[in-house]
Order: sequence, then structure tokens, then C-alpha cells
Amino acid sequence: MAAKTLTIDGKEVSAAEGATILEAASDAGITLPTLCHLEGVYDVGACRMCLVEIAGTPKLLPACTTQVSEGMNVTTTSERLQQYRKMILELLFAERNHVCAVCVANGHCELQTLAYRQGMDHVRYDYCFPKWDVDITHPLYGMDHNRCILCTRCVRVCWHIEGAGTKNVAGRGAKAQIITDLFQPWGESDTCTNCGKCVMSCPTGALFYRGATVGEMERDRSKLEFIVTAREKKQWIP
Amino acid sequence: MARRILIDPVTRIEGHAKISIYLDDEGNVSDAQFHVVEFRGFEKFCEGRPFTELPSITPRICGICPVSHLLASAKAGDAIMAVAIPPAADKLRRLMNLGQIVQSHALSFFHLSAPDFLLGWDTPPPRRNVLGLIAANPDLARAGIRLRQFGQEIIEVLGGKKIHPAWAVPGGVRSPLTEDGRAKIRAWLPEAGATARTALDLFKQVLKKHGRETQIFGNFPSLFLGLVGPDGEWEHHGGKLRFTDSSGSIIADQLEARSFKDFIGEAVLAASYLKAPYYKPLGYPDGMYRVGPLARLNVCSHIGTPKADAELKAFKKLGRGAVTSSFLYHYARLIEIIACVERVEVLLDDPDLLSEDLRADAGINQLEGVGVSEAPRGTLFHHYQVDRNGVIRKMNLIIATGQNNLAMNQTVAQIARHYVRGNDIPEAMLNRVEHGIRCYDPCLSCSTHAAGQMPLHVRLVAPDGTVVREVTRS
Repeated sequence: MAAKTLTIDGKEVSAAEGATILEAASDAGITLPTLCHLEGVYDVGACRMCLVEIAGTPKLLPACTTQVSEGMNVTTTSERLQQYRKMILELLFAERNHVCAVCVANGHCELQTLAYRQGMDHVRYDYCFPKWDVDITHPLYGMDHNRCILCTRCVRVCWHIEGAGTKNVAGRGAKAQIITDLFQPWGESDTCTNCGKCVMSCPTGALFYRGATVGEMERDRSKLEFIVTAREKKQWIP
Repeated sequence: MARRILIDPVTRIEGHAKISIYLDDEGNVSDAQFHVVEFRGFEKFCEGRPFTELPSITPRICGICPVSHLLASAKAGDAIMAVAIPPAADKLRRLMNLGQIVQSHALSFFHLSAPDFLLGWDTPPPRRNVLGLIAANPDLARAGIRLRQFGQEIIEVLGGKKIHPAWAVPGGVRSPLTEDGRAKIRAWLPEAGATARTALDLFKQVLKKHGRETQIFGNFPSLFLGLVGPDGEWEHHGGKLRFTDSSGSIIADQLEARSFKDFIGEAVLAASYLKAPYYKPLGYPDGMYRVGPLARLNVCSHIGTPKADAELKAFKKLGRGAVTSSFLYHYARLIEIIACVERVEVLLDDPDLLSEDLRADAGINQLEGVGVSEAPRGTLFHHYQVDRNGVIRKMNLIIATGQNNLAMNQTVAQIARHYVRGNDIPEAMLNRVEHGIRCYDPCLSCSTHAAGQMPLHVRLVAPDGTVVREVTRS
């Protein structure tokens, strides 16, 4: 496969053809903020946190779904990008009911960590305060839609690592939500294998072990990567 | 013409409130009312949450007594799971509650109430506060602040932080006491005991010069409610409920918290967001009862530790049967601090406190649970109803300050009747009325957690004071 040479933040890097800007940046030691990206499953460009500037293109593009090309000049950090990232975070917080202080993921939440890192000190938009339910019909796990950012990590791990296809997305726009099977309570799902990969993948407190209390949800993502590596490369590296 | 004296806001209490005093044509007090003007809504917005989350959500009701809500909520959760929690967890919860009672009582006495009777009722308000106390008696003020710190440190050592620790959970607690933590608490004990003793001796001196206050600051017959142990011993976390009357007779004993609805009714008042619970068999408002330090010392037969028991004996002599003056809440509070320090000392030697077996695990085994614990201000009830999955469907909280509501109104009226004559309203009178409220150390943030349609009482009053039209919605 031909290698492509490009510039990221003034640094000359080379990446394999078909690689994404996110992969190329990561290989070059440049970290981009991400939320929907998860090692082991394909990217969907849902959260827009990894937006970058590409010389010659007026619009911002997500690094996780944009492939590298020869001579590309990418900027990952600029005032404009910072403003947009902060805005995206504020919109995420305003859209649902994220109450860190009493959340099971407090202290271990990717959304919270990013908000700290990006310097989100307040939210400029009116909170929507939508009414969402908590589904704790499953004997082991719970899903709180109030804390969901629709990154679809859970859907992707369910379909493409576990292969059960239990988790899906239903609805459009602000009414979009993660569902189980054909929109039934999780505890009544015929397909769920109780594997818990979705819980491990969740970046916020939306998916949790039943009975977890404040700050108790810590995720172990290495197991997901372990399975993918074992399956694709036939290497069992814990 | 009839007049209304308005004290707004009432200061040095936890929360926001106002007092109305109604005067008749002769300028005498006809009635008085303590209005709580805060509105919170916790009972409503907790609906739909898993019951396991409530020990972290409900403590947010208050920054002064979060531990009280934490423990009552965890106990309600234990009831829903239908488990007996590990003995170590019970002891650790007790240890934290003792710390909570000490820190809150120290705050009430040194920061909020003492400036009135130590600096003098007629000291100008800018100096009649904890800063004034620091200026006048720095050693006492510092000791008082440190006594509060002792209680806060117990909470932090166990729960990781002083305010809103997410530590007690349905089924037990999340972490044990460590050896370091135990040593840290133990090092505080001599100082805490000494400060409590100094404060109590000081208050006894104060009391000699405050016969009038003792007589009129809420001195009236009422019932008293508190937790007691199986043999009538002072309780703060376990035990069962006991009602006594002002003659000291037990009128109901060893009542189970889960059947609280059989003996406690809740009246809703038009002029306040604060509900007014009453003892059901006597009805409203005759079933007025008081909770908190005064009530706990009235309902118990003994405390169970030597220094506190000696003080209890002397305290009980202040009343015939029961001690009925709300001014003596301060006295009771200081005896309770002594009791707590003694109990912490006894508890610390228990090897169970370092145990790792702390959390019982169970599903939903009952669709209803009641948790009761003694908050510093009085008996606290958390009542949850859940669906099969443990999602809260209905929630009711009965808070100490609410249970003292009727008594607080009567206290305000009693004080006002003594001090208000016609148009002369001295500042000291206003502060005495406020202090009548402070005796109860009310926590209004805690007590106005309800939501729903407020009863509305609208009156059209003509200039001569006659009511032209009256509309009531309940």
C-alpha cells in the first residue's frame, strides 16, 4: 500500500493510504479530542470533537473519518477549532441532563474530562431538560438516556465485536435514542447476550452496572481491544 | 387598626424564611406565623431515578446535614432490598452520624446561636454574629470552630470528603475505616471532649441569667418524638420510635418506622412551603410534637455513657416530667455533643470498623421502603415506593424542621406576646423572635423538598381589616 506524506501541525508525517487523519496524528504523537471514536470498532464521525482544519478546504472535517491524502496540510489546534469544540461540548451538556455530581461515572467520564480539558467553564445555551427514562429492566446493567450523547459506541461494539446486534438507534434529531432490539425494555431483549461490552464502551454514565453509585463506574476498554486484536491478528495479548 | 410586623429575612438559620406577627387594634399580638419561602422539588424530580442513586441525590438537599439524608436514604434502600446490612457497615454508619451530629450542633451553638446570649441581645446586629464572638472571646470561638472540624473530619475520614460523601449505599457502605483514619479521629477526642465541656459549663452560667428566656422561648406542652433503643436508651441511627408527652409519660413506644403513616399525619399550610406533621391519634393541630435534641433527651431514659448520663440527670430536673422550653434545645444540643464524643471513643475500639465485609447485595425484594435516622435537628424519614426494577415511583421525605413547624409558630407567638406592646418594636424584640426560631436550628433547605400544587389562600382585606372575600384552593 502506498504511503502518503502530509503535514500535521507543521510536522511532516507519513501514513498508509486509507489511514485516517486521526490515525496519522496518533502515530505522530498528536492527540486529538474524541468522544465517539473507540479503538476496535469503525468510526462514524458522530461527535465532531476531532474536527480539523485542512488547507484549501473551507469547512472543518472530522479527523476520524477523513482519509489522508498526499500533500495534505492539517491543523489540529487553532482558536477557531477550540471555539467549535467548546461549543460542541456545551451543546452536548445542554441537550440532555448531565449532572456530574451525582453521576455513576463522575471522575471517570470522557465527556466530563473533555469539558475540563477544553476549558468549558459554563454553558451558553439554555438547558433543554428533556424527560428521558432510565431502563434498569436488565438484571445486570442499566441505561440512563439522560446521560447519553448518542456516540453509538455501544451499538458498534454490540454489532461488530459481540455480533449480537441488540443495540440500535431509533428516532431523529433531538428524539434520537439508543434502543434495545425492536424498542423494548432491555430486560426483555431476545438477542442480548449479557456480555457487557456496551457498558465497557460507554464514554459517559449512560450505561452502567446496576446498583452502581456515584463515581463507581470505571471502564476497562482493554478487553475490547484484546478481543479485536485476537480476532483480526490472531494474537492473544492481554 | 390591625398591623402586621414583618421580619424578612430571618438571619442565621440554614435557609430563607420570614415571620409575620399580626397585631390587633389594641396593638397586642393576635397571631404569628413562620413562613418558609424556599421551594425545592426533590420529591418530584427524584421520581424515575433508580433507588440506588438516591443516597447520592438526596444529600444534595442540604450542605449542613448531607450525612443525615445519606443515611436515611441508604436505610430506605436496605428496606427495599430487604437486607440486614453487615454489622461493620452499621457501626460505620453510626460513627459517621455521630460526626454529623457534632459538627452540626457545634455550628448551631457557636456560629449561629451563641452570639445572641453570649454577646447580649442588645448588641448591634453587625457585631452580634460569629465574627463578633471571635473578637469578644477568640479562644472560645476557635474551640467551637475546631469542634465542628472534628465532626467534619470523621465524615471525611470515612467518606472521602466533608460534604456530600457518596459513601453509604443501599446494603451497607463503600469503604471501611483505615488505621490511619482511626488514629486521626482518636487524636481529636480529648480536645473535642474538653470543648464540649467548656461550652456546656458556659451555657449553664448563661442559663442562670436567662430565666425569662427559658420561660417564654417556646415553653409550652407538646409531644416529643425520637428514636430509642430497646430499653429506652438514647438512639441516633437504629432503634425504634417513641412518643412522650409533656408530663414525660410514654404515649407510644417501639414504633416501627415502616408504619409511620399510622401515627404521623402531614398538614399542608397555606402560608408556607413547610408542611406541618402531627401525631395522628390526636389530630391536627393538637398532635403537635417536637423533634431534635430536646425531644431526644426527653424521650430517652438514659444515654449509656457516663458523662452524658450525669448531664442528662441534671437536665431532666429542669422540667416536671419533660423539659418543655425550646430555649433548652441549646442545652440538649451540648449534652448530645458530649454523648457523641463519648460514643465515638467507645466505637473506635471496635475491631469491626476495619472489616472489608461492608456491602450486602440483593435485588428488589420489597416495593416500599422507609429509612429513619436521627438528623441533628430531629427524626428524619425517607419513604420510597419503587417499581419491580427499583425505579422510584413515589417519594416522601419528612424532615425534622417540618416536624417542629407547629412548635415554631407557637414559639414565635409566645415570644411576640411578651415583647410586643402597641407600636413600640425594639430591635432586641425582633432578634428575640428570631432567636426563638434559632432554638430549633431549623434547616429550611431540607424541609422544603416537596413539589406539586400549593394550597392557595387569597384574602381581600378592607382598610378596616374586615375580610371582604376569601378564596381557598386546596
